[in-house]
Amino acid sequence: MAINTTPLSESSKNNPDKQNNFVIALAGNPNVGKSTVFNRLTGLKQHTGNWPGKTVIKAEGTFSHRNRHYTLVDLPGTYSLHASSSDEEVARDFICFSRPDITLVVCDATCLERNLNLVLQILEITDRVLVCVNLLDEAERKGIQVDIAMLARQLGIPAVGTAARSGRGLESLKNVLDDMLAGKIASRPRQLVYDPELEASINEIEKRLAPYLPAWINSRWVALRVLERDFSILEHISNHKNNDYPRQVLKEEVALCLR
Amino acid sequence: MSAINNPELSVLREIEPLLPANTANIKDRIVSGIYQQAESISAQVVRSENSQYTGLEARLDNILTSRWLGFPIMLLLLTLILWITITGANYPSQLLATGLFWLEEQLTALFLAVNAPVWLSGLLIQGMYRSLAWVVSVMLPPMAIFFPLFTLLEDLGYLPRVAFNMDKLFRRAGAHGKQCLTMCMGFGCNAAGVTSCRIIDSPRERLIAILTNTFSICNGRFPTLIALATIFMGALVSQAYSSILATLAVVAIIMTGIATTLLVSSLLSRTLLRGMSSFFVLELPPFRRPQLGQILIRSLLDRTLFVLWRAVVIAAPAGALTWILANSFIGETSVFALIAGWLNPLGQLMGMDGIILIAFLLGLPANEIVLPILIMGYISAGSMLELDSLNALRILLLDHGWTWITALCVMLFSLLHFPCGTTLYTIFKETRSARWTLLSALLPLLLGIVVTLIINQGSQIIMR
Repeated sequence: MAINTTPLSESSKNNPDKQNNFVIALAGNPNVGKSTVFNRLTGLKQHTGNWPGKTVIKAEGTFSHRNRHYTLVDLPGTYSLHASSSDEEVARDFICFSRPDITLVVCDATCLERNLNLVLQILEITDRVLVCVNLLDEAERKGIQVDIAMLARQLGIPAVGTAARSGRGLESLKNVLDDMLAGKIASRPRQLVYDPELEASINEIEKRLAPYLPAWINSRWVALRVLERDFSILEHISNHKNNDYPRQVLKEEVALCLR
Repeated sequence: MSAINNPELSVLREIEPLLPANTANIKDRIVSGIYQQAESISAQVVRSENSQYTGLEARLDNILTSRWLGFPIMLLLLTLILWITITGANYPSQLLATGLFWLEEQLTALFLAVNAPVWLSGLLIQGMYRSLAWVVSVMLPPMAIFFPLFTLLEDLGYLPRVAFNMDKLFRRAGAHGKQCLTMCMGFGCNAAGVTSCRIIDSPRERLIAILTNTFSICNGRFPTLIALATIFMGALVSQAYSSILATLAVVAIIMTGIATTLLVSSLLSRTLLRGMSSFFVLELPPFRRPQLGQILIRSLLDRTLFVLWRAVVIAAPAGALTWILANSFIGETSVFALIAGWLNPLGQLMGMDGIILIAFLLGLPANEIVLPILIMGYISAGSMLELDSLNALRILLLDHGWTWITALCVMLFSLLHFPCGTTLYTIFKETRSARWTLLSALLPLLLGIVVTLIINQGSQIIMR
């Protein structure tokens, strides 16, 4: 799959007209009201996305808040980022390589635990994450209460509770986005810790890989993928750096290295 | 070969030896690390007063999907359902057969009364009507009992728990955990099972699921298995235990099918379709109170009548074709007997005979008609008798030299032979490849030939 070769945030920052334009990726499990959040935020200002090679991305839309302009990119709904399906790969690659200014992860308050798996995986790639706990109304009806402040503290990133169907909480969601971009909110994301044996392998691999990796990529996350023998991630990184490098050659080189 | 000028890639050479060999294990540990932390965060953040997932449900799930009890419970439920089916189907089956064959007599009398030509009454009554009557009386009662029971389990929410139990086995075979669901679908109908393989994203794992779907015994084959098991396996022990033994024989064939699915999946993922299995999240839906009325309507209309109709539509022309083959003569022998004669040596080697093999070949359009064709083949080959019950069928088969070994070989061959025409067509549509379709037919057929050969030759050596 072709990778978007120019990081969005940089290209937009280089362009003086777009000084004030920020890209927000919208991620989440299927059926958590992601589309409702998307529609509520962008209203009618949406069109089908045209990110290079990203035919699966359904839509992007724009909105403005406190003099900042936002482009919201709706990623396919996924349970994880293991890249075992094309949807998961698209979501993962967008978050990793297109480097949105903020990744907004929509969660279902009625089954938060399952949704947290995705949040934790996204936090391994980027720390610019805002969690939106949606469907609060439905959770209340089922007698489920979610302590949003505690969640933010546990994850080390901001979190907002919403009920997007009625529009509840969306105003403060936009305020928090603004505060994050203004640097008013510091995030210290929780890092996933694995069993000691795995940690040792991860550290070893990360140490050796790090010198070869660009600064913007989370080397621990790359080390994890390599540990899983998902070498395609290295191809992607190479591809990303030399954007006209032929893919077939890369494949051959991976094969050569592993011989 | 081009020189390597990508530092990111050349470092792989340095790292690769450090990587643990067992990737599946690494992935499992990474995933379980993520899940544990999600669980611990959730425990501190979520307060639930009266959660949907109450203590009782959680406890039930713990039992149904437990490491030790999960499989025995599955087996027990399957056995129970089949036992109810076999015991319950006997009487109505006999009743239906008596009624339908009484009607046959009346029809014959009518044809005689209007002086219809012999070939016409032969084609219509002994050919078409008789095979229809057989399909209806042998297949309808077991289906009418089996399907509502199966739908009941589905409605309760038990099937996703089965998938949960089986997931690990499938992943060990290098296949996708969802293949268990497509396999369960195959127990209904293989064509539907093949279509349902679309739920598997990875093309490699989808192909494995498609190629192995035929190892799920479908509706078309259950009645044949049940009838043969009742006649031959049940007769091995005293009356009191016969239906139990018959049930266990069918369960054993089903389990053989599941084992074959895993074995062949694992074989394929190590040879033709090499690769790793991918992850998926399986949601266990809440248990629901089943709606009995709905179950009856859905299982009777959607499944029983659907399958029966398909069988009838295909059985009638196939019955006519069989009658024509059996009644057109080249010299002294009929075409049917001629083909049976050619196939006989191979059939004998496999513990069966030529007529049985013809029945499977002519049964290509639908597995439902294998047994009726077989019966017609035997009847046209000589001994004319009134088939009004399973007992009459038993006598007919015994007259043609059947033993329980023959029955076992036929049951195994019914499990392991080419999928029916509809399924093959569906496989072609799904894979868009004549080669994979051909493989999907040859793979089980070869297995079937080898297995029946071994069973038959082995039993002859032991019995000698």
